[in-house]
Amino acid sequence: MSGGVSAQQALSDREQRVLGIIETARGKRARFRDEQITMAHGAGGRATQTLIEALLEPALHNDALAALGDAGLVSAGAARLALSTDAYVVRPLRFPGGSIGELAVNGTVNDLAVSGARPLALSLSLILEEGLPAQQLRDEVQAIAAAAAAADVQVVTGDTKVVERGHADGMYICTSGIGLCDERAQLSPASLRPGDRVLLSGSVGEHGTAIMLARGEFDLDAEVVSDTGPLWPAVDALLEAVGADLRCMRDPTRGGVASVLNELARASSVAIVVREAAVPVLPAVAGAAELLGIDPMYVACEGRLVAFVAARAVPRALSALRGVAGCELACEIGEVRAQPPGMVLVETSFGRRVMDQLVGDPLPRIC
Amino acid sequence: MRFVDEFRDAELGRAVAAEILSLVAPGRHYKLMEVCGGHTHSIYKYGIDDLLPANVELVHGPGCPVCVIPMGRVDDGIALARQPGVIFTCFGDMMRVPGSSGTLLDARAEGADVRMVYSPLDALRIARASPDREVVFFAIGFETTAPSTALTLRRAKAEGVANFSCMCSHVTIVPPLRALLESPDLRLDGFIGPGHVCTVVGARPFEFIPADYRRPVVISGFEPLDILQSVVMILRQLRDGRCEVENQYTRVVPYEGNPRALEVMAEVFELRPHFEWRGLGFISHSGLRLSAAYADFDAELRFSVPGVRVADPKACQCGEVLKGVIKPWECKVFGTACTPERPIGTCMVSSEGACAAYYNFGRFARVREAV
Repeated sequence: MSGGVSAQQALSDREQRVLGIIETARGKRARFRDEQITMAHGAGGRATQTLIEALLEPALHNDALAALGDAGLVSAGAARLALSTDAYVVRPLRFPGGSIGELAVNGTVNDLAVSGARPLALSLSLILEEGLPAQQLRDEVQAIAAAAAAADVQVVTGDTKVVERGHADGMYICTSGIGLCDERAQLSPASLRPGDRVLLSGSVGEHGTAIMLARGEFDLDAEVVSDTGPLWPAVDALLEAVGADLRCMRDPTRGGVASVLNELARASSVAIVVREAAVPVLPAVAGAAELLGIDPMYVACEGRLVAFVAARAVPRALSALRGVAGCELACEIGEVRAQPPGMVLVETSFGRRVMDQLVGDPLPRIC
Repeated sequence: MRFVDEFRDAELGRAVAAEILSLVAPGRHYKLMEVCGGHTHSIYKYGIDDLLPANVELVHGPGCPVCVIPMGRVDDGIALARQPGVIFTCFGDMMRVPGSSGTLLDARAEGADVRMVYSPLDALRIARASPDREVVFFAIGFETTAPSTALTLRRAKAEGVANFSCMCSHVTIVPPLRALLESPDLRLDGFIGPGHVCTVVGARPFEFIPADYRRPVVISGFEPLDILQSVVMILRQLRDGRCEVENQYTRVVPYEGNPRALEVMAEVFELRPHFEWRGLGFISHSGLRLSAAYADFDAELRFSVPGVRVADPKACQCGEVLKGVIKPWECKVFGTACTPERPIGTCMVSSEGACAAYYNFGRFARVREAV
């Protein structure tokens, strides 16, 4: 963005050519060439995307998987079902505002909800570390039961494994969920059109920040509570209010809102412009992020949704969302434009910047 | 956030931008270097370039502390991290800087115990908590971070924490600036001075820039309005034909610096005869090592490290980019062999480097003209 490319200067052939190379490289299908798995492959950014698009999807290819949505859609007779699965490896097991058990329910039902499916039932796999205090397991089972009741789903099957001490950080949980696709929903990540608006159901960055602080690595005292919670009530209200004017939804978990917007900008081949000042960030989250050198837009939420709606539906959508508990701060944060396709831009108070896909783990800067 | 938001006021920003426009002579191109990576970060984060006229160009200088660490030293760090029993600690963004065969992150994936810390004191705390392990801190950064390393070592010595040591790769900002200014093909009109460094060393060490090289320097804070105001102050100097060291960041920077920080640095560190900078080569008296009084805490003496010099890749032209001689896209490997995922040179390593920034934003800049 520096003045090197200024309106007065024509682009040299060399620069044209280099920009062409970059363009081609970005457009190319990713190749999985890494020698080993690093934390970046699990961070939700470009490395994760490469792993999925270049290794998993080609090997397991089918139409439902190819959509790379939060849930896969399958038909059984006349019924259209959504199936989703997720593994939970959070440390510490308990954190302000939630715990691994609660997360394991909400994370999976939310993937169904933002796919436009009413959650019906869950499976539950527990991987337990030898030596885990039984009370901790009791607590998490309680948390799972409470979260399932709150989300109105039943856990209908399960499995338990125990691994040797030193593995599994106390406890890992895997849940899968099925949901019934809602007839009001006509959602597709490729359906974004210029003029559509971006809505956010609440403030960003609380879950990830709460976890970072709960790990106690930073000697920071801040009251930040995870936003974990079920999203179906918000989705239900949105579908009722705007129906087919709802283009697509995502829950911005790993990689945060920024990663979700990048994914959809690419899928629909549109630009997404976000007004930074419109994004709600709680003061404690903003302060912690500033100190840690992290952008809250890349920090995980566990009870928020990003929704794309037709411009005319914004007032109805927002009033519907704000009527749902936990979504009182719902707001419009930006819009879809035609140019430049595949990119997410942020309008700051001063100018604009690109909000790119995450490369690697979000490592804090030192100065 | 109080005391911060005031320096991010958009209205004021536009007013300062109007003043900048009134100060530039049409037909003249201004190249101003912001020395510090922190400034570069703010400039991108807030899109400050968008408020500047097309003939005021900000050139990103050598002040990104992780980018300037040469490959050989990253290799040394990885070798230390792989020693049995060692817990290797470093700042987060250092973990992604490539050595000749991989990064500290790769080493961690292969089993080395590499941990991210936010402060050298965190590393010392780990050492106290793990008396049966050797804890090494990879100390990097300019005069901004050097005092905290020095204080940590002073404390480690006072407490006799025997399993703690430092791989000292601290650098000082004045020698590389002098090296840049000595370059015959330099094309810079003024400098946005490194505010954080100056909180420690003060403004005086920069007086040689106007005195010897006739270029203005304005010590700047890091908020958007700080940077814009510093641009105004430089342009005013250029318009008036002055060149001097001015201090925009008076709320933090005393002209004489911080005597206590300088004192502890003098106790703990001494200048290396020369130190290699990625992209810039060897620069005399530009790096710090532990003084004789702290030799017991010197990881390079306690362990054997390869200490092999790894030449910057031949095709890499980071030095020229840093001097403002060529643009990122004019480098032979830019965008082909050297990309943000697989960086070769210092300017591509950090997202703040000139090349990484151009790679990520350049395409957008071009589109912006078309819109």
